[in-house]
Amino acid sequence: MVEEIGTNEEGELVINMGPQHPATHGVLHLVVTLQGETIKKIEPHLGYIHRSIEKMCESLTYRQFSYVTSRMDYLSSHINNHACAMCVEKGLQVEVPPRAQVIRVMVDELTRIASHELWWGAMAMDLGAFTPFFHAFRERENINDIMEETCGARLTMNYIVPGGVMADIHPNFQKRVKSFIELFRSKIDEYDELVTGNIIFQNRMKGVGWISAEDVVSYGCTGPVARASGVHSDIRKLFPYEIYEKLQFNEILETGGDSFARYMVRMRELRESVHILEQLVDNIPEGEFQAKTKAVLKLPKGEFYQRVETARGELGVYIVSEGATTPYRIKFRSPGFANLSALDHIAAGGKLGDLVASMGTLDLVIPDIDR
Amino acid sequence: MPSFENITNAIHTWLTTHLSAGWAFFIELVLVGVAAIALFAALGLVLVLMERRVAAWMQIRLGPNRVGPKGMLQSLADTIKLIMKEGLTPEGADKFLFNVAPYVVMIAAMLLLAPIGFARNLQIWDLNIGVLYISAISSISVIGILMAGWASNNKYSLMGAMRSGAQIVSYELSAGLSVLAIVVLTGSLRISDIVQSQETGWWIFKGHLPAIIAFVIFIIAVTAETNRAPFDLAEAESELTAGFHTEYSGMKFALFFLAEYINIFIVCAIGATLFFGGWMPFHIGHWDGFNHVMDYIPSSVWFFGKTFGLIFLIMWFRWTFPRLRVDQLLNLEWKYLLPISMVNLVLVTLVAIKQWHF
Repeated sequence: MVEEIGTNEEGELVINMGPQHPATHGVLHLVVTLQGETIKKIEPHLGYIHRSIEKMCESLTYRQFSYVTSRMDYLSSHINNHACAMCVEKGLQVEVPPRAQVIRVMVDELTRIASHELWWGAMAMDLGAFTPFFHAFRERENINDIMEETCGARLTMNYIVPGGVMADIHPNFQKRVKSFIELFRSKIDEYDELVTGNIIFQNRMKGVGWISAEDVVSYGCTGPVARASGVHSDIRKLFPYEIYEKLQFNEILETGGDSFARYMVRMRELRESVHILEQLVDNIPEGEFQAKTKAVLKLPKGEFYQRVETARGELGVYIVSEGATTPYRIKFRSPGFANLSALDHIAAGGKLGDLVASMGTLDLVIPDIDR
Repeated sequence: MPSFENITNAIHTWLTTHLSAGWAFFIELVLVGVAAIALFAALGLVLVLMERRVAAWMQIRLGPNRVGPKGMLQSLADTIKLIMKEGLTPEGADKFLFNVAPYVVMIAAMLLLAPIGFARNLQIWDLNIGVLYISAISSISVIGILMAGWASNNKYSLMGAMRSGAQIVSYELSAGLSVLAIVVLTGSLRISDIVQSQETGWWIFKGHLPAIIAFVIFIIAVTAETNRAPFDLAEAESELTAGFHTEYSGMKFALFFLAEYINIFIVCAIGATLFFGGWMPFHIGHWDGFNHVMDYIPSSVWFFGKTFGLIFLIMWFRWTFPRLRVDQLLNLEWKYLLPISMVNLVLVTLVAIKQWHF
């Protein structure tokens, strides 16, 4: 005879989604309490990919530690490096040359597009549509090629360093970015035709995983998750860094607060990022790509904080310096962790299929949550 | 024209002249069984390869292209691999039910091959209630799926099986009602009669709007009945890992896999028979010259052409659409498809009584 299937005292079914599960995209472990198909409670368990990156950073010099951060949110490695570099520059009071600033913003936006594309494909796959994944990867491949030429890597880039960027852009960079923009404009419309307008997709997303603006603020959600509920949270607008002040772009806001609103925020952000790239691709100023800095960096005694907008939300880097060559303490405020904390609030009460849709639109990258 | 009847008759005469009537009948049964199993295996291999190539084509990939010419032996290689794999039975599983379930599903699929007319005079069993037989036998596979889900002692499997039960039982209603539309028009449950009635044109053209509505509902319902995307909630890999066959491995998994593809073939064959004339060539009314030219294309080509056309349609669904949620799935059936097919049945009856069809 089959033994009693594991239920808790209330007769509810408790299932372990993860650490190995196709929908968690990594080693996230969710303990889901179900009443039939309806979700009662979700408890995320972390720690499966904890590499103590913060502690590792404390034993690395100010030039070295940003390399580790590429492995946090590996889909926006440039932006992680950017945050670290800017935080160190704040301490050193280094002025970054204009050419480096433009290059930094350009690779940031390319990273954002690549990250959103992977999210789009993976989320469609969570909902059972396989084909979008391959379509997304076809265009993402172009960005990877651009990165490979200029930065020498395709995923964990380590291109942005304190003082500027590590090397000048490849001669093909501008040409390739231009052809990518042209290609991508037509492909976004294709994405919309394939997925956004699909009636099954809209039924799966609309009204699912709703979160109010107040709850977004109290859970500390940032990025597209917050903007989908109508909360201004774009760091590029609120606390502009580099040359974002001078650029023309909109903060994408939706008011729906559901999975479809989060989806639409990211789809519109893709177009916005392309718009930013268009403004910059022909306007890269001549000059140095790196400011002159000392070989061994020493931050003055004090505390430094820098925030940036990654593809997932607000990333904060907090450095406590004792004046030595290595930081005394480093703390990262990662967007994924705060967004994950709202998962129980968002998905409880829905069906099991809704959990997958909500989790997909939170765009979780597990190494970012679990550093 | 060469006909399969000549071959079967030749075998029959040879056997009856050389053996007693009892032995001849027994050997004929064995031959038919072997032929059915061979067809079963061949279809499985072809359809798996076809699915992979269609998927690859839609996803800008190449698909299997290494084993054999143009990757044609890939599914054979996979089968050999699956046969040689260890078939695990999880601890705490109901061993008897766990091991029987794949065979229930497979045998149900196999039995369905019997009343299908593959070509002119090529049919295993032309029974007078063919359509009823198909509806009855196709319901058996859900028992196998429920057995597999329950016996695995796995929560994901159990949920997959429960979803599958709810889904297949509901969608059987619409599938049955849309099949009934053609039965009403033909006035017979016998498959050969249904095919013969389409000699002057296929029902999808002859039956006006009600036939088209019935066909659309039929395709939606059978996609759900075979647990294919966008109705693949029973296996829903992003929610339930693999649903009812999560715990199966090796050949037992392969049997589920094979049964799924045979079921697709069968429902498409039924769709082709009912709405597109089965092996009947494309005929237009009494244009004898045109009809005569069409007759030169062998009837088996017509049958398999139509069936594979429908199979392609169902594969196209799978690689394009996202999956429905379980409550939306049941809403679609009970709130939309069932009422529509009931009204449609009344319409069809009106058409049949008034002789409005061609």
